[in-house]
Amino acid sequence: MMNTVNPMKPSQRMKLPRQSSIEQPADERRKNFTEVSFGVDEERALIEAARCLECQNPVCQEGCPVGIDIRSFVQLVYQKDYIGAVNKIRESNYLPAICGRVCPQEEQCEQVCILGKKHDPVAIGKLERFVADYELKHNLFSPPVIKEHREEKIAIVGSGPAGLTCAAELAKLGYQVTIFEALHAVGGVLRYGIPEFRLPRTILDLEAERIKALGVKIETNFLVGRTATIDEFFTEWGFHAIFLGTGAGTPQFMGIPGESLIGVYSANEFLTRVNLMKAYKFPEYDTPIKVGRSVAVIGGGNTAMDAVRTSKRLGAEHAYLIYRRSRKEMPARLEEVHHAEEEGIEFMMLTNPTRVVGDQNGIVCGIECQKMELGEPDESGRRKPVPSSEPTFVVEVQNVIEAVGQSPNPIIQSTTPGLKTGKKGIVVADDVQRTSREGIFAGGDLSRGGATVILAMRDGKVAAAEIHQFLQKKYH
Amino acid sequence: MYQIVKKEILAPTITKYVIRAPYIAPKRKAGNFVIIRSDETGERIPLTLVDSNPAEGTITLIVQALGKTTKALALKNEGDFILDVMGPLGNPTPIETGKIIACVGGGVGTAELYPITKALKDAGNTIYTIVGARSKELVILEPEMAEVSDTLYITTDDGSYKRKGFVTDQLKELLDANLGINMVYAIGPLPMMKAVSNLTKPYHVRTMVSLNAVMVDGTGMCGGCRVTVNGKMKFACVDGPEFEGHEVDFDEMLVRNRSYAAMEKISDDRFAETSHVCRREGMA
Repeated sequence: MMNTVNPMKPSQRMKLPRQSSIEQPADERRKNFTEVSFGVDEERALIEAARCLECQNPVCQEGCPVGIDIRSFVQLVYQKDYIGAVNKIRESNYLPAICGRVCPQEEQCEQVCILGKKHDPVAIGKLERFVADYELKHNLFSPPVIKEHREEKIAIVGSGPAGLTCAAELAKLGYQVTIFEALHAVGGVLRYGIPEFRLPRTILDLEAERIKALGVKIETNFLVGRTATIDEFFTEWGFHAIFLGTGAGTPQFMGIPGESLIGVYSANEFLTRVNLMKAYKFPEYDTPIKVGRSVAVIGGGNTAMDAVRTSKRLGAEHAYLIYRRSRKEMPARLEEVHHAEEEGIEFMMLTNPTRVVGDQNGIVCGIECQKMELGEPDESGRRKPVPSSEPTFVVEVQNVIEAVGQSPNPIIQSTTPGLKTGKKGIVVADDVQRTSREGIFAGGDLSRGGATVILAMRDGKVAAAEIHQFLQKKYH
Repeated sequence: MYQIVKKEILAPTITKYVIRAPYIAPKRKAGNFVIIRSDETGERIPLTLVDSNPAEGTITLIVQALGKTTKALALKNEGDFILDVMGPLGNPTPIETGKIIACVGGGVGTAELYPITKALKDAGNTIYTIVGARSKELVILEPEMAEVSDTLYITTDDGSYKRKGFVTDQLKELLDANLGINMVYAIGPLPMMKAVSNLTKPYHVRTMVSLNAVMVDGTGMCGGCRVTVNGKMKFACVDGPEFEGHEVDFDEMLVRNRSYAAMEKISDDRFAETSHVCRREGMA
């Protein structure tokens, strides 16, 4: 029998309501870039922790891609040992302040929570964020003790969630780890893609500092493939293993007429200008961005949601989300869809853009659309949208932002002989993240196409364990 | 942080910087560029790598102060730092052999043309170089270009130095002279590259141009630098920066490169004001 810490009977626990986050009112937050959610306070966290049934077979842990011992950390919250709780999480996940904010818990740990069968599941994500924020607020972080020093050098390419996690895990094992990042700041998609109002940069900077506290070196402004190649890393730099976590950074465009008009952005460019370059602070910051009275964002994923909510914050009176399928098929997180609705985002479902319309100066003035209907299921299992018989119509907009998918950046693949790639340049990796080349491992969006932060972290973690095995076998 | 180890003013508004960048220096090839960000609030801008010295670990940039970022850069002195320098980016120039090539540079584009001309000359090609500038004081790299060319021609718009006229006037004369020119490299302002491409097209002479599009990351991530080449969307940063001039939609690019003209003016005016105040205070 596993121990329990909460004396309440299950029936009493089930009567406690799921606690919600404290949030910035929608009317205010749509004018600023401050975080939408403030998370739960201590009082709410304690009620939430008391709701946990302390299952003998905690399926929530199986639902977590990185296998956090959720039951134990929630028990520690119940016992008010918040630092014990955050350290328990950190055993499996080195980035709790980030995951507590951007992880889709509703599809993972919370989806399988036993309490959720009849009631609302335990708000595991909110508890994770609570303990991470508590540690931050009280400045109580201490890096884990590294027991052993190992000589082998490992290069991590890309400082997104996969790379950061892989680096942390290997550094904890005592390896000499260097992260190489092409941009001037650490974080990858967490930096350029996810907006400040979902993940404050102070949190990201802090988690990066904690990675450095493990002795990990970080080289920014270093584009692997160009500044040095993977083979040079082995032959000239003396690295023993390499993890590739370069994400899926190449934006796709729809290929409709008018995409070169002024005012059309890829979501990547739009978000990078705002998030990485702080264009929302122009002219204090030099990078410009042009947002008109009405903005159309194309797509139904989290990137589309981030872009449309960002355009609202940049002053768009009308921010439309145009998606060719229906609400039900949207891949975005439900929470983000709700937040977007509260902020006044206008959803145009079953609508497919056919042309961007420009004025005589080459500037966007509208988007021509076709209403769609749902037909037979396609290869994704979702019903395929087909054009309806209705005539096309034009919506007046000054910007079109395309969030219709990304593929891996091809620079490393094209400069690394023997590295096997698949569809859209995805690097082929097996279930322990090994690539076709010995000593080279890959994970995250680079080997998955588009996925989530937590799956990237899972890959980074699995790869770290496999790199450890590989180095032990090869050099010991 | 990347230190400016040498700074030299080549012409009014045009400055040469030698910068310590030990990773980039040994990897630079003709045609490559870097992305720089001068300071914390700065923009990321692409600049062509003009030269490098692997032994010293330095790279050379030649920059014309046109907008806020390049003007701020011009205020930096030897010993000062540039916050970020990343590269080398873009595809290196494929170096042809056995050709008779006209290398045409306009304005500060001459600096960008120099490493390519040198590489082509080193590979044994016959090189006719045409350097164009608005006036005598803006002619740069004349001795350097002379050294890597079989023949060097200079044109100035106002006739204040050498031949009066445009680079295209000189180029047309060379093409008509049946010298056997079978390739042209043109680097300079967009209207100049467009004019050169239009000129060479009826002569069926392959013409390469180097496109300096609006960029953010420079690694193929934003798509801001997209250009239409032969009817297809290309990213100047990773698919270029060099393209076949006869296939480039210059008119579209001319419009796109002015996307932020109004905002660039705001930045520029703001900078003029603050840098002016600084200088005044510095004098007091």
